[in-house]
Amino acid sequence: MTQVGTDATNPLTAGWGRALVFAYGVFAVAATGRSLVQLSTDADKAPLAYSLSLFAAVVYLVATTSLLLGGRAGWLAAGIAVAVELLGVLSVGALSYAATDLFPDRTVWSHFGQGYGFLPLVLPFAGLAWLRHTRPR
Amino acid sequence: MRFAGGVSRIADWLRQADLGSDNAATRVTRVSPWVLGAVLVLCGVTAVVLVVHLVRDRAAEDGMFVLLGLTELVLLGQLVAGCIALGSTERDVEGTLFVSYLVGTALALPIGAFWSLAERSRAGTAVVLLAVLTVAALEVRLDAIWAGAV
Repeated sequence: MTQVGTDATNPLTAGWGRALVFAYGVFAVAATGRSLVQLSTDADKAPLAYSLSLFAAVVYLVATTSLLLGGRAGWLAAGIAVAVELLGVLSVGALSYAATDLFPDRTVWSHFGQGYGFLPLVLPFAGLAWLRHTRPR
Repeated sequence: MRFAGGVSRIADWLRQADLGSDNAATRVTRVSPWVLGAVLVLCGVTAVVLVVHLVRDRAAEDGMFVLLGLTELVLLGQLVAGCIALGSTERDVEGTLFVSYLVGTALALPIGAFWSLAERSRAGTAVVLLAVLTVAALEVRLDAIWAGAV
């Protein structure tokens, strides 16, 4: 098989990495869809929340793509994306509790990803653990 | 054809559920409870079987793909019936959103199944499990969108 991501030499998508990439892919699609709907229906209602939705979508897309591409560069890019994701979910999660007026509508990361079964909070930790496990030597 | 008959019956169900919306007492209309129930039950059964395999460190087997196939048939029926119901409803349903969820639910299982095939271990089983859970989550959202949520 020569399909992207089925390359046996890419350790990032082997074993549990495969499940991780699938989860990131689902979130990339979900966050992109959500931000497109939010921005196309009424962008003025909650500009900050909607920009953060779009930002989250980009982060998930970058993480998914770099895991699929693999290699040293892919590993590094995935590491940065997952770290940004962790910072994002922690800060947006805390802010959505502390400053509710900033968030008239929700984002993927609001309330630590409550609307998504808290998976957005678990995913970056799983991602970092996996990247540590597969670090290039 | 039995399958086509099933689809038209699902469409009838959806239409009946929709007619109920004229009545103020049944204002909160749902996607056909039969389709919703069938999808959730199939997802639940498949998820339990997959979790058992995951714990026992086994790859997904033929029986599971039969269950996935059954679920997929219901989801494809729902895709067709949902589009028909959307066309004939007079209520305010977010059309694009509704159809994108219908398509999303129909795509999740095939993508997950193919993605898992290259990993014939418990990690591959986990991929299928994630796909099944995604379908269940999307199905619940689909129900809410049909009821008028954005």
